[in-house]
Amino acid sequence: MKLLLKLAAKNLYGAGRRTWLNVIVLSFSFLVIIWHKGLLNGWDRQARNDMVNWEVGAGQYWQSSYDPYDPFSLTDAHSNIPSSFDTLLTKGEVAPVLITEGTIYPGGRIQSILIKGISSDQKVLKLPTEKFQKNDDEIPALIGSKMASDNGLKTGDEITIRWRDTHGTFDANELKVIGIFTTNVLTVDAGQVWIPLDRLQKMMGMPGEATILICGNTSEANLKPEGWKFKSSEELLKSVTDLIKMKSVGGIVLYVILMSLAMLAIFDTQVLSIFRRQKEIGTYIALGMTRSQVVGLFTLEGSLNSVLAGLLAAVYGIPLLAMQASRGLSFAGASKDYGLVLADRIFPVYSLGLVATTIIIILITTTIVSYLPSRKIAKMKPTEALRGKLQ
Amino acid sequence: MENSTLISIEALKKIFPTSGGKFTALNGINLTIGKAEFTGVVGPSGSGKTTLLNIIGSLDTPSEGRAVVLGQSISDLNVKQAALLRRSKLGFIFQSYNLLPVYTVFENVEFPLLLLKLDESQRKKMVLESLEWLGLTDKIKSKPAQLSGGECQRVAIARAMVKKPEIVLADEPTANLDAANSHNILKTMVQLNNELKTTFVFATHDDKVISYLKRKISLIDGKVLKDEIIKN
Repeated sequence: MKLLLKLAAKNLYGAGRRTWLNVIVLSFSFLVIIWHKGLLNGWDRQARNDMVNWEVGAGQYWQSSYDPYDPFSLTDAHSNIPSSFDTLLTKGEVAPVLITEGTIYPGGRIQSILIKGISSDQKVLKLPTEKFQKNDDEIPALIGSKMASDNGLKTGDEITIRWRDTHGTFDANELKVIGIFTTNVLTVDAGQVWIPLDRLQKMMGMPGEATILICGNTSEANLKPEGWKFKSSEELLKSVTDLIKMKSVGGIVLYVILMSLAMLAIFDTQVLSIFRRQKEIGTYIALGMTRSQVVGLFTLEGSLNSVLAGLLAAVYGIPLLAMQASRGLSFAGASKDYGLVLADRIFPVYSLGLVATTIIIILITTTIVSYLPSRKIAKMKPTEALRGKLQ
Repeated sequence: MENSTLISIEALKKIFPTSGGKFTALNGINLTIGKAEFTGVVGPSGSGKTTLLNIIGSLDTPSEGRAVVLGQSISDLNVKQAALLRRSKLGFIFQSYNLLPVYTVFENVEFPLLLLKLDESQRKKMVLESLEWLGLTDKIKSKPAQLSGGECQRVAIARAMVKKPEIVLADEPTANLDAANSHNILKTMVQLNNELKTTFVFATHDDKVISYLKRKISLIDGKVLKDEIIKN
C-alpha cells in the first residue's frame, strides 16, 4: 500500500495540469458544499436563537383551549394564572401573555390584528416591555418594524383599536405607539400589537388571566398546573426545524450537481489515463506488478485527487469561510419578504463534523468513480498493453 | 552452451484467434537455453519471435506444449505467481524502452527494487551500481523526455539489470537506435553477460545484434529453422 501510495502520488504529480484541473474543480465542490451546509447551520442556529429569545422562551404553558391556528378558540382560551407561578412572576422569570383578536384603523384602513398583553417586568423575551413602565397613556403599544412599515405607523402615532371583551361586547379606544422594535421573528411582529398585560386584562374584563405562560427556564416544565398544557421549545421550534430540513434536502440537488461535475472530471481523467497509458500499464505488469496492484494504483491516483482537493480547499477555503463566519452573509432587503425567520446577516457555522463528513463522502465517491474505469485494466492482455494497442 | 538449463521449451504452440479463424504464431517449438547464454531468436516480422519471448517472460501462456522457465511451468502459474517470477527473476528490455515518463532515471531504475521491497539504502546502492555500469551517473535526475534514444535504452537496460535477474529478455532492443548507439548498447550487454553471467535472450532481426550473438535460433512461420552456436 505504501508503495502504491508513493507511486500514485508521483504519477499524479507527473500528470501536471490534468491533475490540477481535477483538483481545482473538486476543491471548489468541497468548499461550496461546506459553505452551503454551514450557511444552513448558521441560519438554523440564528433562527432557533431568535425564536427562543423573541417568542418561544424555554417552553410555554398553553391554556388548554388555546390553538394558535384557530382564531375562534381565542374567545375561550384564557384562564387565571396558576398560583404556583406567583414567585416566578414576581422575579419576571415567566411571561404571561393574554391574546385576543382586534382591529386597528391606520390611515382610514381596516387591519385585523392580534392584541397581545404581556407583563411589563418580564425578563423572558427580548421584547422591550420595560417601556410600558414609563408610560401613562391609556393604551401604550409596542409594534414590530414590519407592522409599522406595512401600516405606515411610527412612534407617537395614535390609532383607533377595537376589540371584543369577555362578554362579547365591542369596545374601542385610542392606542399610542410608544416604541417600534426590530426582530427577525415575524410571528411576534406582523399583524400584532403588544400592550401591557394589566391593561388588556382590564379591557377584556379578564383580571389575572392569560392565554399562554412563556417560561424562562426549562425546569419550569415540571410545574404542570391543571388546565394548562406544556409545550417544549423543541415542539414550538418544529416549524423552523422542518423548514431547515426541507432546505437541506433542497441543498442535496446542489451537492449532486457539484459532485457530478467533479466526479465527471475524475471519471474522464481515469478513462483517458487508462486509454493513454496502456504501454505504462503493460510495463508495470512486465516489471512484476500484479493486475490488481495496477488497478489499485490507478484507483489510488484518482482518490488522491480528492485528498489534494481537500488540501487545496483548506488553503483558500479556511480563510474564506472563516472570514464569512465572522462577518456573516448579508440578506438585507430580502429577509422581510421571505416571511421566514431570516436575519439581515447570517453567520455560517462550520463544525468539525460537517467538514469531516463532507471529506469522507467526497473521498468515498471519488474512490468509487476512480475504481470503475480502472477495472478495465484487470481484463487487459499485458502483451497488447506493452505495445500500446487499444483494448 | 552452459551446463544448467534455465529455459526449456517442448512442442510449444501458440494459436491466436483472428477474425478469419486462427493464426498459429508458434508451431511446435523445442529448445533449451542455459545459464549465461547470449542467445538471439531471429527471423522476419511475424515469425513468432516476440510471442516466444512473451511466453518465456510469463506475459503470455502457451496454447499447447510446455514452457518451463527457471523450473516453473508457465502454463501452471497463476497471475500472481507469474508476476512474482517476472518481479524477482526476469528482466525486460523493450524496443521502445517503455520507461515510466514521470519518473527520473534514478526512479525508473529503482522501480523493480521497490516491488521487491528492498530497503532504501540497499536500493540506492544497487541503482547507483547499475547506473555506473551503463555510464548514466550524470543523468540520475533527468526524465526520459530529456534523454536521447540511446540513453533511454541504457536506462531500460539498467532497469532490467538492477535486480541482477537470471534472465534478461530483450525484444528488438536496437530497433530505435542508430548504429553507434546500437553497438554501444550491445557491447554493454555483452560485458554484463560476461561479468554477471546473466542469460540474455533477444528477439531481433537486426544484423548488428546478430553479430554479437553467441547462439542464433532462426524462426520462420513459428518453427525453428536453424539453431546454431556462433563462434567469434
